[in-house]
Amino acid sequence: MSGKICSMLAFVYLLTVMFVSPANAYAMHIMEGFLPVQWAVLWAVLSLPFLIAGVISIKRTLRDRPNLKMMLGLAGAFAFVLSALKLPSVTGSCSHPTGVGLGAVLFGPAAMSVLGCIVLIFQAILLAHGGLSTLGANTFSMAIVGPFVAYGVYKITQKLGAPFWLAVFLAAALGDLLTYVTTSFQLALAFPAEVGGFMASFIKFNTIFAVTQVPLAISEGLLTVVVFNVLAAYNSQELQELSVLSKEEVQI
Amino acid sequence: MSIAQKNLILVVFVLLLAVVPLVIKGGAEFGGADGQAEEAITEIQPDYEPWFQSIWEPPSGEIEGLLFALQAAAGAGFICYYFGYMRGRKQQEREKRV
Repeated sequence: MSGKICSMLAFVYLLTVMFVSPANAYAMHIMEGFLPVQWAVLWAVLSLPFLIAGVISIKRTLRDRPNLKMMLGLAGAFAFVLSALKLPSVTGSCSHPTGVGLGAVLFGPAAMSVLGCIVLIFQAILLAHGGLSTLGANTFSMAIVGPFVAYGVYKITQKLGAPFWLAVFLAAALGDLLTYVTTSFQLALAFPAEVGGFMASFIKFNTIFAVTQVPLAISEGLLTVVVFNVLAAYNSQELQELSVLSKEEVQI
Repeated sequence: MSIAQKNLILVVFVLLLAVVPLVIKGGAEFGGADGQAEEAITEIQPDYEPWFQSIWEPPSGEIEGLLFALQAAAGAGFICYYFGYMRGRKQQEREKRV
């Protein structure tokens, strides 16, 4: 019961934040060429070990449980759809969700790093959205921070005894939101303001990237719950194999 | 409440989250370009020049829209195929038991 009240309060709070947010901001990945070379290289190097871990993790999952191949496809397809949906936000501009929370809860964060990176490559090459030079930085925000935050939030809220749907909702929504906070962090590091330095830039980029993302993060949370509702109905066995659902939860 | 009903309510919420901004920010541009971030960068560091260009850009907004639609359609297509397949599998299991 108290969990329900908490989530209601959180929802009302987020709505309030949305309505007082400043107008006109755009939110997306870092544009091609817009990160100085040394930063672009740094983020690429930082992303690499996660991608390697991800490939190993996916290989292991598919070797041990080949029946989960389709579900892995589902996680990738979900990220594919959600990152193609540019949605209007209360700031008067558009951004898109990331869709990486679902896969992070199902297959772990490392596996999702690989799938998220593939989506980013696709968008950089075919859509001129994001970029190849900024691929490392964008992979780090959307495909590493996003899934790891989602996974961490999911585990913690589960441990705190939150209902399954709430854990999934918070995981996906916060993973989405923190992705764009990371983008702001990366840009602020590369472009500290003359007055106020890193912090001034960080706040500025956050008003552009993160605030717009708030309602979209809520949407992503809700859509991820929708998918989990269907999975719980038809795929309870796979969810148990992935130890996402316990026996008792499957009964419900 | 059945799953379909629960999901319907959730999807209505998502639609509201998309429609409400269009209503309350009626006059806004809803630009999707990454212009504002570019502007912020040039404000902070006026002499910054992007050092790399996109290797290919969709020739127009329409073509870009087409590609985004294809991306969403491909993903949604797979998701629906998967759910349909799983639903059929579950039904078959049930019939076998009877």
